[in-house]
Amino acid sequence: MMALADLPAPARVRKPGAPRRGAPPPGWTRWAKPLVLAAGLAPLARLVYGVFWNPDLLGANPAETIEHVTGDWCLQFLLITLAVTPLRRLSGWNWPIKFRRMLGLFAFFYGVVHLLAYVGFDMLFDPAAIGKDIWKRPFVTVGFSALLLMTPLAVTSTKGWVRRLGGPAWARLHRLVYAIAALGVLHYWWLVKRDITWPVAYAAMLAALLGWRLWARGRRQKAQAARFGEARS
Amino acid sequence: ASLNAPRNAAFSVDAEPTAKKIVTGYNNFYEFGTGKYDPAASADAMKTRPWTIEIAGEVEKPQTIDIEALLKMPLQERLYRFRCVEAWSMVVPWVGFEFNQLARLAGPTSKAKYVKFTTAMQPETMPGLRIPVLDWPYTEGLRIDEAMHPLTLLTLGVYGETLPNQNGAPVRLVVPWKYGFKSVKSIVKIEFVENEPSTAWNKAAANEYGFYSNVNPNVDHPRWSQKRERLLPSLFASRQTELFNGYADQVASLYAGMDLKKNF
Repeated sequence: MMALADLPAPARVRKPGAPRRGAPPPGWTRWAKPLVLAAGLAPLARLVYGVFWNPDLLGANPAETIEHVTGDWCLQFLLITLAVTPLRRLSGWNWPIKFRRMLGLFAFFYGVVHLLAYVGFDMLFDPAAIGKDIWKRPFVTVGFSALLLMTPLAVTSTKGWVRRLGGPAWARLHRLVYAIAALGVLHYWWLVKRDITWPVAYAAMLAALLGWRLWARGRRQKAQAARFGEARS
Repeated sequence: ASLNAPRNAAFSVDAEPTAKKIVTGYNNFYEFGTGKYDPAASADAMKTRPWTIEIAGEVEKPQTIDIEALLKMPLQERLYRFRCVEAWSMVVPWVGFEFNQLARLAGPTSKAKYVKFTTAMQPETMPGLRIPVLDWPYTEGLRIDEAMHPLTLLTLGVYGETLPNQNGAPVRLVVPWKYGFKSVKSIVKIEFVENEPSTAWNKAAANEYGFYSNVNPNVDHPRWSQKRERLLPSLFASRQTELFNGYADQVASLYAGMDLKKNF
């Protein structure tokens, strides 16, 4: 249901005639988008700066820092992307949708950098070792699957692909993000040694975001049933 | 404080020591938090004086030894490889003396088959104790012949100075052919016992952390390979891990006839 809103029909979200609440000035996203882009790239810029110009910035184990930071941002961007729809429904704002594609692509981007760090720093680009590792270790399997599943979503994130697939099919495909986020949290959970504080925190946030969707769907169905009942009487 | 300790070349590896700020800044000491940088940030609060070690169990002379007495022992510096179970490694100039010298002061009896070590518990200075990630206090254990091996170093310093708190002040063990967590920190109690003691990491996950935990590239951790290691601060995990961390010549005989995959 979240994906439908990406269709080029903004009126669909706001009830006809309802006042537009808290709407920023028109055209503001034109300058806001580059800002979000720059903010999203800042964590990567910091890592690149650390590797090439300031090793102390990344601590005693720079490879581990790079893997942790990129993995964290991948999960965080996934959660932020999943927060867009609840934010819109609860606030009545429409503008968050304009940023969702970029946020989702950032999740994919940091996931790819995360994978590349593992492939290069940990596995030394050895295909046999990588294959064995993905096959043998459940937490790697799960993380790799999440990134694999994210790839078609990143590819079909353009307007052209929405048109080609058709809104409902595109929306169905992009519901994969729920499974992807769950796999991401599981990946994190399974890899930590003892202290699962952060995986639990991510899991709780994801549960809240997905739980809200279930609840909202239940409410919509009830409302529909009620309308149907009215129409018959 | 600086320690007078000549380098013992016979027990030192031919390698470049890892930078001091890495050795003293990147530590696993869960009593101060599970993050690698937590101990350096918060272990300053630990009280290391007065400090005594209780020696108990199957010994002729059970006793309590003061840290100042240990510091008066003849000390030496040894450059050891240090391999963490998490697949990173360092080269560290430790200062101390052989554990067997301390053991002889107490005189283990013929019933002493194992040695159990216990780390201090200071709830007021150790925030990590509030979280039951391990069964506190931290405990470790060695077989008696492992403990008495000349490589097993009772360690009081690093880089020519007394140990920083995050490295296990004021006294710790260093067992260079085993994964780092076997090298128990901030020791308050040493017990000579007849049966294999339970140890903190083994209790937490027996399938991941065996009693022996000898460095072994042929036995993977269930969640990652142990074939290679990252010699900090290198980006690439390009160093081949060696059996017994490169100390096979000295310690392999301790495990003659044992299946190292079963007794990992």
